[in-house]
Amino acid sequence: MIPLIRHIFRTGILTEPQAPATDGPQREVERLHDELLGILGRALTIREVDAGSCNACELEVHAMNNPYYNLEGKGIKFVASPRHADMLLVSGPVTKNMENALRRAWECTPDPKLVVAIGDCGCDAGVFGKSYASCGGVSDVVPVDVRVPGCPPTPLAMMQGILAAVRKAR
Amino acid sequence: MQICSFPAIDFSRQPGIGAPVWRGRAASGAELHDFAGAAREVGARITAIWGSDRRGQGQGFRLHCVFGIEAGHAWVSLDLPAAAPSYPDLANVFAAANRMQRATRDMVGIGIDGGDQRPWLRHGGWPADWFPLRHDAGEPPEFANLPTDYDFVKVGGEGAHEIPVGPIHAGIIEPGHFRFSVVGERVLRLEQRLGYQHKGVERLFIGADIAQGAKLVGRVSGDSACAFAWAYADAVEAACATAAPPRALALRALMLERERVANHLGDLGALGNDAAFAFGLTHYLRLKEDWVRLNARLFGHRFLFDRIVPGGVACDIDAAGLAAIVEQCGAIETAVKALRELYDEHSGLQDRFVTTGIIDSDLARELSLSGMAARATGMLLDGRAHRQGYTPPPPYTGLGVRPATDERGDVAARVAVRFDEIFESLRLLRLLAVGMPGGATCIDVAPVAGGSGLGVVEGWRGEVAVGVELDGAGRLARVHPHDPSWQAWLALEFAVLRDIVPDFPLINKSFNLSYSGVDL
Repeated sequence: MIPLIRHIFRTGILTEPQAPATDGPQREVERLHDELLGILGRALTIREVDAGSCNACELEVHAMNNPYYNLEGKGIKFVASPRHADMLLVSGPVTKNMENALRRAWECTPDPKLVVAIGDCGCDAGVFGKSYASCGGVSDVVPVDVRVPGCPPTPLAMMQGILAAVRKAR
Repeated sequence: MQICSFPAIDFSRQPGIGAPVWRGRAASGAELHDFAGAAREVGARITAIWGSDRRGQGQGFRLHCVFGIEAGHAWVSLDLPAAAPSYPDLANVFAAANRMQRATRDMVGIGIDGGDQRPWLRHGGWPADWFPLRHDAGEPPEFANLPTDYDFVKVGGEGAHEIPVGPIHAGIIEPGHFRFSVVGERVLRLEQRLGYQHKGVERLFIGADIAQGAKLVGRVSGDSACAFAWAYADAVEAACATAAPPRALALRALMLERERVANHLGDLGALGNDAAFAFGLTHYLRLKEDWVRLNARLFGHRFLFDRIVPGGVACDIDAAGLAAIVEQCGAIETAVKALRELYDEHSGLQDRFVTTGIIDSDLARELSLSGMAARATGMLLDGRAHRQGYTPPPPYTGLGVRPATDERGDVAARVAVRFDEIFESLRLLRLLAVGMPGGATCIDVAPVAGGSGLGVVEGWRGEVAVGVELDGAGRLARVHPHDPSWQAWLALEFAVLRDIVPDFPLINKSFNLSYSGVDL
C-alpha cells in the first residue's frame, strides 16, 4: 500500500495547471471546464453510443477521461443507460444493423435531450457514405444538436462540441 | 512445392518481401477439405476465408482460404461455378471457419454444404437472396429494416436462464450482442451475435483505386490502423511486384510498434479499472496520452491513420524526432516498470486476474488463435520473430524479436504478456530509431492488371491479413481485410466457461477484441 500511495503522491495532479503562461491545450481544457460548469452548475451525464464506428472515436472518448482532460473529475459523467443521460454522444456511420438500437436509445433518453454526433462518420458517414449497410450520419436517424468532425476528433474538439451543445440548450 | 505433406496441391511462393505466403489451387471442394484436414494434422490454423465474384471475367466464383502454417501462410483458392457455388463445410476441421464461412455466404452468396446455416453479418437490413459483394448486385431491393430473431443455442435444465446483453453495452465500447446462459452466477454458455458494426467496407473497395483502398483499410479497425494499412500495402506491393524501400519499412515497423504500445497501455489501465483499481486506469491513460501526443507531433496523427501507404509511408522523421522517440521510450519504460510492480504486488488485483478466464494451448490451437492471446497460453507464435522454418519479413529479420509468452492462459497471463510486449516494443523502437536507414520513404506503385496478393502483419492483437485482387484496369476488384478477432471472439466464448458473470467484463477486456474489424 505504501508504494502505491507514494506513486500517487509523486505523480501529482496532472490536470491542466491553473492558468499556465502559454495558451496550450492545457489552458483550453481549463477554460472549457470552467465554462461548462458555469453553464451547468451541476453534473452532466452522457451516454456514448457507437452506432458503427471503426472504434477510433471511442479511443478518443476514453481519452477525455484521462487525467489531462479529466472530464469525469469535473462532474461530467458517462453513464451506462440512456435513461440516466442528458446527452447522447454518438459515433457513426449509423449501420443498418444499429439503426433500430440507436433509435431506441434515443427514445429512452429523457427530454430535454442533447445529441452530439462525433467524427467525420457521425457527421456525414465519412469514408463509408450511405450504402446498403449504412444509413449515413447520425442525423439521418435521430436529430442532432452539434456535430464534431475529425477522424477521429481530438478529445479537445469533443469537449468543445459538448460545450457547444450545452450552450445551445441554455 | 508441397505443403503440409499434401501432394495434390502444388504451391508457389508469392513474390515480394512481406511475410512469406505460398499460393495454390484446389481442384475441388473435396480437395480443399482434404487439404484442411492435412493442415490440421500438422498443427496449422485457419487464418481467413473469403469469396470473390469473378463472373465479370467470364469465370464463376472463387473461394479463398488462408492457413497459418509453420513456414508462414498457405493461400488456397478454389474456383466454383457461377450457378449455385458451394463447398464442403470446413468448420468440422477448423472450428474458427464457422463464422467466416457464414459471412462469405452472406456477402458473396457462396453456400456451405452442411454445417451451421444461420446468417452472420446479415441481420434484418437486406433480404437473404441479395448479396452485396456480387458485382451485379446493384442497390438492394426495397426492404424494411426489421429487428430479427437469431437462433441462439438454448441451454435447458433446472434453474438455467439467459442474460441478453447488448448490442449497446454499458461502457464506452463497440456494439455487439452477448447471450449468457447461466445458473445463478455461473456461466454455462456464452454465445455472441456480432455484425452490428457492418458498414459495407468490403463493397466500398470494389472499383476503388489503390490510394482510396489504403484510406478505407486503415479504418477497418481504428485501433489497428497501422497493422491493416501495412498488410494492405504488402498485398498491393506483392500484386504489383514491387517493394517499399528500407527506410519506409523501418518507419512502418516504428509506427506498428507504437500502435502496439499505445493499445497495451490503454488496456492495462482498463484491466485495472475492471478489477476496481481505478488508479491503474488513471495512470496508464496518462502514459497513453503522452504516447499519442508524440505521435501527433512527429507524424501528424494521434493514431497514425493514413501514414502507411502502398509503396512506403506518407511521412518522414528527422534526427530530432528519432531522439524524441528514444527519450520517450526511456521515460515510459521507467513509468511502466514502477506501475507493473504495483500491479504485481496488489493482492486484490491479482486475486481477480489469476485463474480467471483460462484457455489452454490445446484449445488455442483448436480455435486457430493467434497473437497476444495465443502467446498467453504458451504458444511461441509471433510473425515478427524467427521460429523453426520461418523467417520474419524485414525489418524484423534483423531485430531479433523475442516473443513474450506465459503458460497460464488466464487474465494474469494476458496482462503479463502485454507488459513484456511493451518492454520488447520499447527495445525495438530504440533499435529502429538508432538504426534508421536513409533513402526514399516511398516509391510509386504501378498497378498490375489482374494482379493479386496477400499481406500478413503481426498487429497488437495478432495476425492481421489483407487479401487484394486487382481488376483489368488496375483498380481494386476485391479486398478482404481480416482481423485476428475472428478467431479470438470464439476463444472468449470458451474463456468464460469456468467463471461467473461478474468476471466477464474483466475477461473480455483482457482480450479487448475488435467488433468493427470482424463486422466489416
